[in-house]
Amino acid sequence: MAIRTSMSGNEATAYAVRQINPDVMPAFPITPSTEIPQFVSNMIANGEIDTEFIPVESEHSSMSAAIGASAAGARTLTATSSAGLALMWEVVYVAASSRLPIVMAVVNRGLTGPLNINAEHSDSMGARDSGWIQIYAENNQEAYDNMLQAYRIAEHKDVHLPVMICQDGFITSHAVENISLLEDEPVKKFVGEYCPEHYLLNEKEVMAVGPYAVSNYCMEAKKAQAEAMIRSKKVILEVAEEFAAMSGRSYGFFEAYRMEDAEYAAVAIGSVSGTAKDAVDRLREKGVKAGFLKVRVFRPFPGEELAKELRGCKAVAIMDRCESYSGQGGPLGAELTAAMYRAKVTAETVNIVYGLSGRDVRVEDMEKVYGDLREMAEEGKTFKQYPYLGLRE
Amino acid sequence: MEALTEIRWHGRGGQGAKTAALLLAEAAFNIGKHVQGFPEYGPERMGAPITAYDRISDDEIRVHSNIYEPDYVAVVDDTLLHTVDVTKGLKESGGILINTRMERKEILPLLNGYRGKIYLLNAYHVCMETMGKYFPNTPMLAAMVKISGVIGADVFLGEMEKSLAHKFAKKPEVLAGNMAALKLALTEVQ
Repeated sequence: MAIRTSMSGNEATAYAVRQINPDVMPAFPITPSTEIPQFVSNMIANGEIDTEFIPVESEHSSMSAAIGASAAGARTLTATSSAGLALMWEVVYVAASSRLPIVMAVVNRGLTGPLNINAEHSDSMGARDSGWIQIYAENNQEAYDNMLQAYRIAEHKDVHLPVMICQDGFITSHAVENISLLEDEPVKKFVGEYCPEHYLLNEKEVMAVGPYAVSNYCMEAKKAQAEAMIRSKKVILEVAEEFAAMSGRSYGFFEAYRMEDAEYAAVAIGSVSGTAKDAVDRLREKGVKAGFLKVRVFRPFPGEELAKELRGCKAVAIMDRCESYSGQGGPLGAELTAAMYRAKVTAETVNIVYGLSGRDVRVEDMEKVYGDLREMAEEGKTFKQYPYLGLRE
Repeated sequence: MEALTEIRWHGRGGQGAKTAALLLAEAAFNIGKHVQGFPEYGPERMGAPITAYDRISDDEIRVHSNIYEPDYVAVVDDTLLHTVDVTKGLKESGGILINTRMERKEILPLLNGYRGKIYLLNAYHVCMETMGKYFPNTPMLAAMVKISGVIGADVFLGEMEKSLAHKFAKKPEVLAGNMAALKLALTEVQ
């Protein structure tokens, strides 16, 4: 039986953590993810779970402790945002290259400056090449569902990679909304016991984690890591299928909304997706063939699959909640445009930067995006790459 | 009641406007509605103006933006009337609820000619009569329920008794005062 209730995205994440009952959680508080370690600490104090919580003095230490715990053979969790993720930087790579199945709840917030606490993807997008799997949520429901699937993917013998479960700071982390939760028993059965294959506390198998590698070996290790990332695609879909059988909620690399015959499509990540879907519905009522693609999995990047969805479109808006200062737009724009080129998908594209530092996006803003796409395709209007949505001038 | 009701709360940090928005969302959820209750965050300081929002709907809510054309507005602190454009975008078919000790004729000039319904509540009086302490969000929550009609008054009181009993599980002595404040506000809002 599903449990119908209302809670915030951070509460939903903590609820999933309670059901998973990980072995170890080192964490350092940072807005807007602070509530997650706070709620988990309460659950530990109340005896609801027996997770070992390690209060540390910085995020560099929280990730270092997570690496130690995971290497020892413990199912390990941490949470962070923004500058906290930036401070972890060095060891974020160590977690991935050591092939440790750590799960990190990332509550997305912009990196300074100007100093700001609101939603943006610059923190996790900055870590997009660190070797972590990245899964993004539209709302509290998805933050919960993705968290429940995370360890199944991370710990799979074909993967052995850490996973970031991302949601938008404040917009979903602090908004109370309806949610459907699963009961403890089926969740525990779904997540399963963690039985690490190789771990430091196994006295029968002496091993080293993270040793120096000379050039003769380094490149092969990196290739093996890259292969694991590619293999994770199959696992992500298998886990999603099993999750759907339990919950009735289906997930893939992305969600295609009214894309069957879409001529104009927007592609984006995270909480803006619901707003975009409302805009699509309004436009469809007016006879405009609009559609929307919500990217759920950014690492590994499902470029081929996304490009295929866009094959029939006349014009596509690729939207980044992140500025990469390349002079070319954002990371989703760069990667999807490249994937479309390889797949010979020739729709007009515009890469739009939106929502930086929590700048609000309304249904009307999304309608304007689709309006611009129509002008591009029908009237040959060109747009200076790359526009900022809702910029005050 | 419309299928979707949107409410905007104005208050100052520490007065509980965000809590009121979340409590209203929870109460509406409990009677089977789809809800969103969320604050608009800036620098967190006691006394600084803050905004919080509620969406209450019969249908699933997908949009994740702030509310620009609310059906109702609640102003938890009347000093905000001088600094914040509280009626901005407010639908004239809806109304504004203001916590104040001022007279109606003193308030009217501060509302930029708003032509919808204007409701006043002396939350200070309600609080002192019932709780002996000034927590304006409790009476304002009840008054908002009454003026917006998003929940029937009796159902609301029943739901609040349950959720406050849970919230104040460690200090049950405050429950009676809070319930009395809610009830008195329902009758005193004008």
